[in-house]
Amino acid sequence: MYYVELLLVGLVWGCTYAMMALGLTLVYGLLRILHVAQATVFTLGAYVGLLVANHTGSLAAAFVAAGLAAGALGPLIYRLVYQPILDKPPFVALVASIGVLIAMEDGFRLVFGPYGLSFAKNTWFTTSLRFGGLSLNLVQIWIAIAAVVLLLLFALFATRTRAGVAWRATVSDPAIAESFGVSVSGVRHLSFFIASVLAGVAGVLVGLLNNLVEPGMGSVISYKGLAIIVLGGLGNVPGTLLASVLLGVVESFGTVYLDKVMDRDAIAFMFLIVVLMIRPQGLLGKAH
Amino acid sequence: MDYYLSVATFAALNVILALGLNLISGFCGQVSLGHAAFYGLGAYGAALCSVAGLPMGLSVAVGMMVAGAFGILTGFAALRVREDFLAIVTMGVGFLFLGAVRKQAWLGAEMGIAKIPSPLDKWGYAMLAIGGAVALLLLSLHVRRSWMGRAFGAVAQDEDAARSIGIDVSGYKIAAFFIGTAAAGLAGGIYAHMTQLIVPDAFNFVQSVTILAMVVVGGIGSTLGVVAGAVLLTLMPEMFRFINDYKLLVYGGLLLAVMRFSPEGLAGLVHRWTGRRLA
Repeated sequence: MYYVELLLVGLVWGCTYAMMALGLTLVYGLLRILHVAQATVFTLGAYVGLLVANHTGSLAAAFVAAGLAAGALGPLIYRLVYQPILDKPPFVALVASIGVLIAMEDGFRLVFGPYGLSFAKNTWFTTSLRFGGLSLNLVQIWIAIAAVVLLLLFALFATRTRAGVAWRATVSDPAIAESFGVSVSGVRHLSFFIASVLAGVAGVLVGLLNNLVEPGMGSVISYKGLAIIVLGGLGNVPGTLLASVLLGVVESFGTVYLDKVMDRDAIAFMFLIVVLMIRPQGLLGKAH
Repeated sequence: MDYYLSVATFAALNVILALGLNLISGFCGQVSLGHAAFYGLGAYGAALCSVAGLPMGLSVAVGMMVAGAFGILTGFAALRVREDFLAIVTMGVGFLFLGAVRKQAWLGAEMGIAKIPSPLDKWGYAMLAIGGAVALLLLSLHVRRSWMGRAFGAVAQDEDAARSIGIDVSGYKIAAFFIGTAAAGLAGGIYAHMTQLIVPDAFNFVQSVTILAMVVVGGIGSTLGVVAGAVLLTLMPEMFRFINDYKLLVYGGLLLAVMRFSPEGLAGLVHRWTGRRLA
């Protein structure tokens, strides 16, 4: 039973990673940018969600507000930071992105204080459900539901709508897509919007899960998001989802068995390095 | 006086770190996001030896070799993965180092290693660090003009083309990682003896990014630019005490501004204004 519980906890983390990593892989697939600053969007979503929840008492309003705030910030970062330097070597965008991340993390610290804020009323956190011998709290269950629903919506969008088809066409060949009348710039903004909404919602969920929202909460999850998209084979959506879930489970079991040797983050990156040494193109990536 | 000496020592240590990273990322084109790990390996290696009773010179040499050995391992990783994949793997190396050290009782875990013997005075450490920085500066200038430097440049620009004209790409990549990480190990060894206390968090991802910031602000690939970048970023928080509270805000903003307006850094600005390329 203990193992089942570890597995479930791992899967819940995998769902959180998936919400974060899907956006990162969308951005990478389109622009070849490692969008570390996604952490900023995640943290902003968490803070906005917390403030709205504490003021109105409504979690639904919190999620909507967080999604909107995050959804506005992401395209803004694209517009102000990435768009002017798209023709530069890849490390330029990466370093700029790291710059945004650490500056904004300090910004959150200055505005909201260094110690983090908690939800005034977090009933999801305090309510747990028991299934047989297993106990999960409501946040964990909602994380799983949110991840599945949002990813399904994304799959429907990508396969069934005109915008989704335009998006996929742009990923595979921007020049030809543009000659068919697709607005490449529009697709890029849309990708940043989708990625950021997912990150913002994930931010609120992780804030609820830990019952704590703090300035640095996004950075480690964003670094792991990058590890995940590399693990999945950069720009490969199914690979990213597989890698997210695998990483969640590996971490969950690793923290039990490797606790004396290394911490949770080290386990995640150890897994990344080992897999990449065996499969340099990632789990589902194509070999060059 | 003591204050100026310690600022000068830290500036020199940062020059060593930044020039080492510049050799890997600037000359040889292998972006590394985990340079602080090698700084840490050098510091821990030297500290353990020194606490066990070895003389300082030998301890620092051991620290350099430890860092260099792990650098060679990372160099092998650079043979398997490229560009963005490599950037993330080196970031992983940093987290792996930190996460492993934190859990090792024999490395002092979170508390680090304290009471490291300190045989020199402030002047001694300043001279040692500045000597190391000057040596590495001369080495960098020399390498750039040597056959090795040109081979590094070829690997950085197009490794397949370099391989096709018979350049030993793997050998040069590993050499770049070895020299750059051993330099970081030297800085770590001096740092450990000078401060007499090392903790894992001194070698975290922010430290790696700070070293990268020095390289990038100075102008990646330009030795003199990188020296200027390292000295500038060390002095800036000292000159403007009020910045210390907003240090990361300023660092982050500076990185962003440099990338956005002058991706070639200070060296790029000099080139734009005077028409001359910095070495």
